[in-house]
Amino acid sequence: MRFVSFILGLAFSALALAQSAPVKIGIGIAQTGTLGGGGKAALLALQMWVEDVNGRGGLLGRKVELLAYDDQSNPATTPGIYTKLLDVDKVDLLIAPYGTVPTAPIMPLVKQRGLLLMGNFSFQVNHTVKHDMWFNNAPWGDATSWTEGFLRIGQNIGAQTIAFIAADQEFAQNLANGAKEIAKKSGLKTVYEQNYPPATVDFSAMIRAIRAAKPDMVFVCSYPNDSVAIVRAVNEIGVGSQVQLFGGGMVGLQFTPIMSSLGSLLNGITNYNSYVPGMKYPGIEDFLQRYAKKAAEAKVDPLGFYLPPFNYAIGQILEQAVAATKSLDQKLLAKHLHGHEFNTIVGPISWGPDGERARPAVPMIQFRNVADKNVEQFRQIGKQVILHPPQFKSGDPVVPYEKARGGN
Amino acid sequence: MKFWIGMAVTVALAAGLALSRTNEYFFYAGFVVLQFVVLATAWNILGGYAGYVNFGTAAFFGIGAYTAVVLFKAAGAPLALQILAAAVISGLLGFGTGLLTLRLRGIFFSIATVAVIFIMETAMVNWRYVGGATGMQLLRPPVMEPFESYTRMLFVTMAILAVIAVSIARYIEVSWIGRGLRAIRDSEEAAECFGVPTLQLKLFACTVSGALMGAAGAAMPMYMSFIEPPSSFSLTYSVSALAMPMIGGTSHWLGPVIGAVLLGSVQQIVTVTISNEINVLVVGVLLVVFVVAAPDGILGLLKKLRWLPRSSR
Amino acid sequence: MSFELLLEAIVFGVLLGCFYAAVSIGLSVAFGLLDVPHVAHPAIMVLGSYCTYVLGRYGWDPIVAGIALMPLFFLLGVAIYRFYYESFEKRGSDAGVRGLAFFFGLAFIIEVGLILVFGVDQRMVEAAYIGRSLALGEFRIPWRMVVAFGVALALTAGLTIYLSRTFTGRAIKAVAQDEPALRLMGANPVRIKQWAFGIATGVTALAGAMLIVVGPVEPSLDRVYIGRTFAVVVLAGLGSMTGTLAAGLILGISESIVLMQFGASWAPAVAFGLLLVALGIRPQGLFGR
Repeated sequence: MRFVSFILGLAFSALALAQSAPVKIGIGIAQTGTLGGGGKAALLALQMWVEDVNGRGGLLGRKVELLAYDDQSNPATTPGIYTKLLDVDKVDLLIAPYGTVPTAPIMPLVKQRGLLLMGNFSFQVNHTVKHDMWFNNAPWGDATSWTEGFLRIGQNIGAQTIAFIAADQEFAQNLANGAKEIAKKSGLKTVYEQNYPPATVDFSAMIRAIRAAKPDMVFVCSYPNDSVAIVRAVNEIGVGSQVQLFGGGMVGLQFTPIMSSLGSLLNGITNYNSYVPGMKYPGIEDFLQRYAKKAAEAKVDPLGFYLPPFNYAIGQILEQAVAATKSLDQKLLAKHLHGHEFNTIVGPISWGPDGERARPAVPMIQFRNVADKNVEQFRQIGKQVILHPPQFKSGDPVVPYEKARGGN
Repeated sequence: MKFWIGMAVTVALAAGLALSRTNEYFFYAGFVVLQFVVLATAWNILGGYAGYVNFGTAAFFGIGAYTAVVLFKAAGAPLALQILAAAVISGLLGFGTGLLTLRLRGIFFSIATVAVIFIMETAMVNWRYVGGATGMQLLRPPVMEPFESYTRMLFVTMAILAVIAVSIARYIEVSWIGRGLRAIRDSEEAAECFGVPTLQLKLFACTVSGALMGAAGAAMPMYMSFIEPPSSFSLTYSVSALAMPMIGGTSHWLGPVIGAVLLGSVQQIVTVTISNEINVLVVGVLLVVFVVAAPDGILGLLKKLRWLPRSSR
Repeated sequence: MSFELLLEAIVFGVLLGCFYAAVSIGLSVAFGLLDVPHVAHPAIMVLGSYCTYVLGRYGWDPIVAGIALMPLFFLLGVAIYRFYYESFEKRGSDAGVRGLAFFFGLAFIIEVGLILVFGVDQRMVEAAYIGRSLALGEFRIPWRMVVAFGVALALTAGLTIYLSRTFTGRAIKAVAQDEPALRLMGANPVRIKQWAFGIATGVTALAGAMLIVVGPVEPSLDRVYIGRTFAVVVLAGLGSMTGTLAAGLILGISESIVLMQFGASWAPAVAFGLLLVALGIRPQGLFGR
């Protein structure tokens, strides 16, 4: 009798393996709202990876299925979305939402349920919760990695005073607080600082105040909707001839739809990016070509510079980790991720104990000679001149800002 | 007597479910439905019994949530204390709001309550201690035995709160307070002529209503493990707390319960299966339909169909 | 706080205030004169903004689009009033509460409808006067504000003249003052009120066009405008058109100064605070009838 049940057991498990349940990966990612412009491109890249990995036999011999919900860039939706992914859809692995603000609310949730979370371009979102199973794909680490480029460029041209405007939300506050400390340590004098509620649409009052304060540098920490409004306001009423550098931490000026709609209004702005044409990584050109074809079909951002390569990298990292540990166990995977470096289309990636990049490198670029209503121009080298870090540098800054802008 | 048996059964049922193997998401969604039972019942005390349409539910709810956050951050206070404190603070806010606005009639009172929402939200946006507009992440304390998860415990807590809210509403309804409030609703001037202490009764209703809404709000930060101003003070709470009693029936304590359970469940099902927006659309459409076609709500319809006795209590 | 900054804030406040007055004038008629608890007024204005946006995609100038939408919105207003009258006003006393709930529900339906059709993204229009500013010495005044100011002034003046000089206008004011007397004189108050509500809604279409000229719009924008429009209408004194302009200016200038001095995080509370103060201290408003 025992022998029969053993054989039956073997037969059933063989059958089960042959028709295995898929590996479900869950994500809430902005498709609308302020981050939607970036989120759409990011999701396309993730879907590309899912297709590629399924073409190679999936993970652990099982097909990979990606479940994605739109969080509308609204942090209030993500706890509900991720609870649904875990308890209703019963996913095996989680990827974080795109962006700090939608990710912040779910950090306590993943920590308390002991879950692995693959970060998606958040900034210091783990610094209060200190979850040890968090791995961020972004090229930055702490505030130093982000701001030292901007501040050093400024000091090289003799800047001594600085103004800060930051949205009152998790990303901008993390960045602004870090930047203010570094500015103080570097001997820069803060002549104006202002936080604004995330829903602010009119920046004329703030730009007027900045102009009156006459700073040498203006460091802005903003999300796409406000970044656009600030760029428009600065072009509308001008920020004063004293300002040498303007920008720094403006999210959204890397999204293709925003770049093409702002066009020449971008000229002169010095801002961060993750990838611009001219930076060499193994495999990235090939990825961007494949991406461009898919993006044209899906009617999404055709260039795919900012987020897509890094989202594809998340897939690559998961694939390598699951293959190496031969399991989907959250703890095993986390241990493996902490101890190894992973080769991706954006170079080698490894993390420090806080889950942020071990070797951060944030390109600081300046927009030059950008024309209106032209998407393809951004493929040319020279539209976003890399000022920092030295290994990627392709030019020096044009100052003051009003001159670089071609302003009134 | 039947009432108290019903209430005891409800609590026992909630606790039993929480200790069973039911899917975790049921409690996540069920918490919200029970929260709306409390909000709808609380709204009805002022809105249904006295006829003063309060649009400001979100203000009392949000302040309750923030009170809980302050106590949690400052002193690691247990949930029960958070709820109690939230009820007190929101009750005070209700009293203050009432003092300021209850001399105004009709639409002025309602618009003034909207003003309270935005002023409270602005105050929280500008208070860095509770995170300002950025908000705060909150790590829940370890869950009490015998519950398996914090969400289950919150579910049972909300069930108990719902029972308390309904009991209070029922008490008010059948007592002399309820008679006075009904007199105010029917004709405030006539009531005053008869010597009904209208201002005191309205203030009382507003205070109790606010306190219950605050108590409901207190559990929300722990539920989400996160708090931020826009979602805590969202007008959607105000619309739902108003729609549910209007749909269920405003003259009896059972009305808000029916409205909340029905509408709340539909909302949760729609959120999981379709989208979040449609669920707000459902509330809006049902509100308009009932307000136009069935002003006495579901209870009224059931009375018309003679499924319920016509006598009003 | 320098004198220059203060002056700039006041100038901006005047432009903004006139815009607020134009945005509230429809409510001044609907609520101030007709006693309709029209909480959905800002939602209809946002609907007007989105219609302007759609026409803008076909190359229409926003102000032209706004004017073109006015007759359509007039009809919408007539329909809404008719429905409201049949369902609520006719039925008497309890109607107050339910009428209010109806408009609240309507506002939400419009807001969610816009989200379903357009999503939560911000929408903008483009025009020659958006994005450039008028340079007066050191001052820079955005042209979009000047245009909105001009249109707002024309609208307010136009409506005031209409109400005091034309026959139907005076009939509207009469129905607001003494409905039974009007009935005795042989005029049909319901048709007059319908007409008035239609005008109020038509005007709101142009207000919506101006809203999207002044800045980007998104569906939940109606929420903060409930405070601004009601603050203006209550502060003005129900039914006073010139009062609406004055109250709008007061609101605009206060908001601008608070914005400059305390930052954008306090600005939304100005309108609602002003509203509560007005309701508490002088509910009949500055120019109340």
